[in-house]
This record gives sequence, C-alpha cells and structure tokens, in this order.
Amino acid sequence: MDLLPLFQWFEATRLGTVVRESLWLFPVIECVHLLALSLLGGAVLVVDLRLLGLGLRSQPVPELARKIQPWLTLSVVTLIATGIPMFLSEAIKCYYSPPFWYKMGLLVLAIAFAYTVRRAALEQERAPLMAKMLAVVSMSLWFGVGFSGRWIAFY
Amino acid sequence: MDFLPFIRWLDATPGSVAIRESILLYPVIETTHVLMLCLFLGMIAMLDLRLLGVGLRGVPVSQVAGRLLPWALAGFVLMAVSGALLFYSGPLRAWGNVFFRIKMVMILLTGVNALVFHWTVYQRVVSWDNDARPPLRARVAGFCSLMLWCGVVICGRMQAYNWFDKVSG
Repeated sequence: MDLLPLFQWFEATRLGTVVRESLWLFPVIECVHLLALSLLGGAVLVVDLRLLGLGLRSQPVPELARKIQPWLTLSVVTLIATGIPMFLSEAIKCYYSPPFWYKMGLLVLAIAFAYTVRRAALEQERAPLMAKMLAVVSMSLWFGVGFSGRWIAFY
Repeated sequence: MDFLPFIRWLDATPGSVAIRESILLYPVIETTHVLMLCLFLGMIAMLDLRLLGVGLRGVPVSQVAGRLLPWALAGFVLMAVSGALLFYSGPLRAWGNVFFRIKMVMILLTGVNALVFHWTVYQRVVSWDNDARPPLRARVAGFCSLMLWCGVVICGRMQAYNWFDKVSG
C-alpha cells in the first residue's frame, strides 16, 4: 500500500500549513510536547520503579497506580494533541524518516500495553517477578518511543 | 570579567570540534539530555505536585521527597554531564544566546528555591507530612519549582533555534 498520497494530504491540511508557515508555532508546540514528556516520565517511572521494589516502596502498588493514572492519561493526551500538529506540518519528511515509523509502532504498543495489560495487572499486588517484568516492558517501550521520537530530527 | 577569550579558546579545542562535527556523538548526547528529563523532571514534578496538594495525595511528603529525590539527583547528574558536553560542543554559540543565559539564571533560582524550602518549611515537615494540602510556604515552593523548571525546559528548547543568535566572532 502506498501511503505517500495520504501523507501528502496530511501535509496539505490547514493545520499542517498553519504550523509550517508560522515561525514560532512549531517551537511553542514542541515545548509543550517536551513538558508533557517530562510528566509522562514521572507518571511511568514512579509506578515502574515501585514495581521494581525501588522508589515509593512502602506504598501499595494498586493504590499508587490509581493515584498516578490521571497524570499518565493527562500526559499521553497532551503528547498526542501536540504531536499531531507537529506531524501534520512535516508529514512528508516523516514519511521518509525511519525513526518516525519506529516511533509510531512503539507508541501503539506502549499505549496498548499501558492501558490493557499493565493497567489490569496493577489492580492488585503481583509476585515480584511478574511485577519486575511489567516494569521492564513498560519502561523499554516508553524509552523506545522517546528515543526514536528524538531521532526523527536527525534522520 | 571578560569570558569571551576563554569561550573562543574552548570553541576551538579539538574535543569541541569533534562533538560538533560528529554524526553520531552529538545526537547521542542530545538524546540522553532530552530523555533524562523523564527521570529528573518527572520525579521533581511528582514532588512538586504533592507539595501543591494535587498529586500523590495520601503519600507522606517526606516519603515522596526521601524516595524520589535520589532518583531526581541521579537524573540531574546525567543532565548536567550531557548538558556540559552540549555546551562544550558549541560554547561560542551558546554564550551569545539569550535563552542559554536565561536558562542558566533559572537553574540557579531553582537551586535557591530548593535550599530555602529545605531550610525552612521542610524542617517542620513532621507537622504537615500527611496533610493533603501542605502549608502555604510549601505550596509556593512547589509552584516556583514547577514554573522555573518549565521555564528551563522552554529556554533549553528555544536555544536550539537561531532566532537571536549573535555571532560574536
């Protein structure tokens, strides 16, 4: 399937054009994207560190996960909402960028994992091995998203 | 005191040129710097949100600070090292950049804010450790920290754009 026409259409959208033609819009959106990334890091790591037996060790996992969940969702929603206009403004560049495709694949996996397997698993205390595996998968997926995201700028 | 001759000298050192011109080294350092935000600012934000009374309610403040700040410190060290290398890769450009200067001042202010917090209201943390809404001075400290670090990130990002570059060559 040839997706290039679709990406050309993305690039020509009103929103994409407005962001591309503005001097300051892209940088400003990018700043919000970075701030949301920081919040995502906190929301993911507080729980994953706990699963590894580190960080807030004396907190029960289900309660901690419940308290953190709104911040996780807030950061993911903000990241997507700021990511879309940036993508639209340079969709054709993204089409030819390998890191962009890695990022999108990993992003789908990371979100799916966070909101299905991990979320369900965190509803009760788990055996240490299971908890550690959850944390490692979660951190690896999100790290992959962040890493490949940064490399869209380089390749 | 005029730092410019030193900055010029630094800019011309072989190490500085090597990072600047490297295809792999610069992106790797840059990526480390950005991703460490997740660890450093992520942990700081969790403490600040707790101080503001909006996040991690029910977890004692001393526990949030005691258990998460070591991770934030580890993140800070990695941010400082990768940041110093980024500076080293183009000192002349950074030096003349207004965002770089504002960023450095803001980092100093976050340090002052943290010290004031630890030396004053945090000394009496036992009396408000479990409060869902910490005392005003703690909330102010959390708010200042959050705003200043957001400012640091914004300036750091803006520094990469060459809008106000003043080449003092």
